[in-house]
Amino acid sequence: MSLSDLVLNLKVILPIAVLVLWACALLIIDLFIPAQRKGLTALLAALGLAVVLGLAVAQAGRQESAFNDMVVVDGFSTFLNVLFAASGLAGIALAYDYLKRTGMERGEYYTLLMFSISGMMLMAQATDLIVMFLALELLSIPLYVLSGFARPRADSEEAALKYFLLGSFSGAFVVFGIALVFGATGSTALATVLEVARNGAANLTLLVIGAGLVVVGLGFKVAAVPFHMWTPDVYQGAPSAVTAFMSVGAKAGGFAALLRIFMVAVPSTSAHLWLVFEILAILTMLLGNLVAIAQTNIKRMLAYSSIAHAGYILMALVTYGLPTTAPIGVAAALFYLVAYAVTSFGAWAVVIALEKAEGKGLELDDYAGLGRKYPLLALAMAVFMLSFTGVPPTLGFMGKFYLFGAAIHGGFVGLALFGVVTSLISAYFYLRVIVIMYMREGDPEVSADPWLKFTAIAAAVLTVLLSLAAGPLFNLAARATLFLN
Amino acid sequence: MNFVIYPLTLTTFFPLLGVLIILFLKAEHKNAIRWVALLTSLVTFGISIAVLAQFDTANPDLQLVARAPWFQIANWTVHFYMAVDGLSILLVMLTTFLTPISILSTWTAVEDRVKEFMIFFLLLEVGMLGVFVAQDLFLFYVFWEFTLVPMYFLIGIWGGQRRMYAAIKFFLYTMAGSILMLLAILWLGIYQGTFTVPDLIAKGGIPDAVQMVLFIAFAAAFAIKVPMWPLHSWLPDAHVEAPTAGSVILAGVLLKMGTYGFLRFNLPLFPEAAVKAAPWMALLATIGIIYGAAVSYAQKDVKKLVAYSSVSHLGFVMLGLFALNPQGIAGGILQMVNHGLSTGALFLIVGMIYERRHTRDMNAFGGLWKIMPIYGVLTLIVTLSSMGLPGLNGFVGEFTILLGAFGSEHISPWFAGISAAGVIMAAVYMLYMFQKLFLGPVDKEENQALKDLNWREIVTLIPLLVFIFWIGLYPKPFFTLMAPSVDKLVTIIQAAAAGLP
Repeated sequence: MSLSDLVLNLKVILPIAVLVLWACALLIIDLFIPAQRKGLTALLAALGLAVVLGLAVAQAGRQESAFNDMVVVDGFSTFLNVLFAASGLAGIALAYDYLKRTGMERGEYYTLLMFSISGMMLMAQATDLIVMFLALELLSIPLYVLSGFARPRADSEEAALKYFLLGSFSGAFVVFGIALVFGATGSTALATVLEVARNGAANLTLLVIGAGLVVVGLGFKVAAVPFHMWTPDVYQGAPSAVTAFMSVGAKAGGFAALLRIFMVAVPSTSAHLWLVFEILAILTMLLGNLVAIAQTNIKRMLAYSSIAHAGYILMALVTYGLPTTAPIGVAAALFYLVAYAVTSFGAWAVVIALEKAEGKGLELDDYAGLGRKYPLLALAMAVFMLSFTGVPPTLGFMGKFYLFGAAIHGGFVGLALFGVVTSLISAYFYLRVIVIMYMREGDPEVSADPWLKFTAIAAAVLTVLLSLAAGPLFNLAARATLFLN
Repeated sequence: MNFVIYPLTLTTFFPLLGVLIILFLKAEHKNAIRWVALLTSLVTFGISIAVLAQFDTANPDLQLVARAPWFQIANWTVHFYMAVDGLSILLVMLTTFLTPISILSTWTAVEDRVKEFMIFFLLLEVGMLGVFVAQDLFLFYVFWEFTLVPMYFLIGIWGGQRRMYAAIKFFLYTMAGSILMLLAILWLGIYQGTFTVPDLIAKGGIPDAVQMVLFIAFAAAFAIKVPMWPLHSWLPDAHVEAPTAGSVILAGVLLKMGTYGFLRFNLPLFPEAAVKAAPWMALLATIGIIYGAAVSYAQKDVKKLVAYSSVSHLGFVMLGLFALNPQGIAGGILQMVNHGLSTGALFLIVGMIYERRHTRDMNAFGGLWKIMPIYGVLTLIVTLSSMGLPGLNGFVGEFTILLGAFGSEHISPWFAGISAAGVIMAAVYMLYMFQKLFLGPVDKEENQALKDLNWREIVTLIPLLVFIFWIGLYPKPFFTLMAPSVDKLVTIIQAAAAGLP
């Protein structure tokens, strides 16, 4: 490879390259920043992410592959890269005050965050199963460490260990699945897999089993039932700022891989696997929403809620074998990821603002009286709860409208019916938060950190405004799919 | 730019201006907040009168159209599409008319968190107006669901003892109905290629079996809202726990969203299914009329009595709509307005006595006529209106409905016959209530010193009474407003009925 080729190739992964270099540099710079002034590290990390965000946006409209078709830049990857970088910025905004308050302000937090984001971005751009696996590990390992960041708190260490063990376990499924796909088609490049399968030269049994194992492995990452067991404990034990980032980033990363593999490479397996996705989606929606009703801890409630939302996004994957519906499904999933990300970060900002040392302030009852004492924050939280439920005019409603529309377009009316019924079930526990905030008396204390308030209020405003002027976002999501194939 | 100052968009969204101003007022300045809310709603009423002035009564089609593409997903285009016709103009007027009255009624009743109360109230007005003017199914659904949120807060924060239970029950019940409608809307949009109501009517041609499913999905949402027996059980809880102004709007306008939904969507979009379902709908309506009346009679709590009487009165509306002929439908629409006026007034009246005594138990009163003569006279008029005395509004509506139901070729005249008994039962429970409250000796110590109505309370009731008499004595202008649109709707239904085996 000549130097000019290398430069051309690097341009495709420019945001990732810059992010990784910046993170490495920050590791060293951080050594020279005194322990009381770690805010500077946060600032530098945020600056880097902002640059990366700009670079990702600048890739809009490009469509080329690089490194022997191992990675690609297209509408899909650009859309997700922007989402990942923005998630990183939100993650920093949530963590800054929280780490200081809880006495775990260490510079590694921000570098680990950046490494994890680079994994997510690579995941969105990868077009080879091996690169995808690398991306998966790059995404996951920093998150294992971050989950245990509150050491020596026992539940944080437990969360880290549990996440690590189950994460590695699921990683093994992915590798095994990739091996079988390779066995069936003789390649790990998605384009070749597609071509071989289309020519009928692939061993279909091996291909279906391989693809199925990939679903299992990535199902762990996106917390789909029945692979969700780790989620509540890890979400509850991990520091809240990490949970917030993880619940959005890791999920979006997992879905990026699922969408690309199934829509691009193995649509030929759909006759065998669409039912698997349908059952996964229904189970995930049902169990996530039903068990969330029983929770009294807000972190656990949001954990089950995040499981439930994975179920809604899985609806999009059910359509992957239908050539006319699949692009709508992908766009709907991308749109829903944005809606989920904005709403989640907002909700977690409120949770973090109310959290006290030693994991206090996380029970639902601690929210009593918030409506009277902090009307703005309570209003924002109410908006997030309504958005999670899917009540207009919020992004959550628009997302569900899109997803259910995709399901109905594909003829999966029964699946859409499960979607709306479980939304109704979810109304019960989301509304309970509003009831407690507004209709019970209490005297909650809230952190005075401006970044938390800013994140919460900005997210609430976005949740409402973006739903009223949803046109551009719909268009972006729709165009993100066009380059996928 | 014309879009913003367009009459209908302006009417619908003008209350938001009030919300914006109130947001910047300090919570302690309660009176300023009340005045801003009142003036905003009065100006909104003024704008709606301008809408009425521009309304062409001879035109059966949608008028004052504001239409623009809103956004596109996949290849489904959603429009921002607002318009009125004879079916909805009266309901728009009813909404803008009842809102200032309700706000005036809260002047002393709501002392806690006035700022939030008024914000939610004005937001509720936006939602309700949007429901009545939206002609795109998506836009309609957004407004429809949105009304839940402010009403939920109004019941949940300012309600009575069991307010949390009532608020959640209200929200979940209504949402349970509307989610099925959402799926039906998506189906229509995707397979018929458009979300706008006139285009969908023009396109038609939905296979019979599918049409019935869609009819039921829409009906689920609307029947819960009306509420039709046996889906009414949220209503007594919501009404009893809601603050007075909330009850007025709930009974006066929100319930009409259900009947209006049948009128605007179920009848013209699925005419074949509507003809087939008519006997069943009439059966449920008739059961509702009798059941509501019987249960009303058994109540000790005045507010609960009025709440159950709504089940009975809305049954009449549904009976009229599903007579599927001009008299029935026109009577149904007029009865929606009538019920809004008289039941709204009844809730105000209950609220006034509750504010004085903090009880609504009928046994706690008696002989109020001697102590509060003005209150007594006004209550008597409203009571007579609600039970359908000739010369007052209720009679005109119920009579027209029964006329339509007797003459209908789609439902059996027996329904009308049995329902007529509901009118008599209404006289029984309404007069029983009046007697318990106002007649007999003043045998309770606490009632001796009750003050009669003050000027503000009289001002709240008078406008309602004006219309109670007007519609009762000279209903022609109201029928003229709706007639061409009703005829057009009936033509669509007749054409569909002719095509059925």
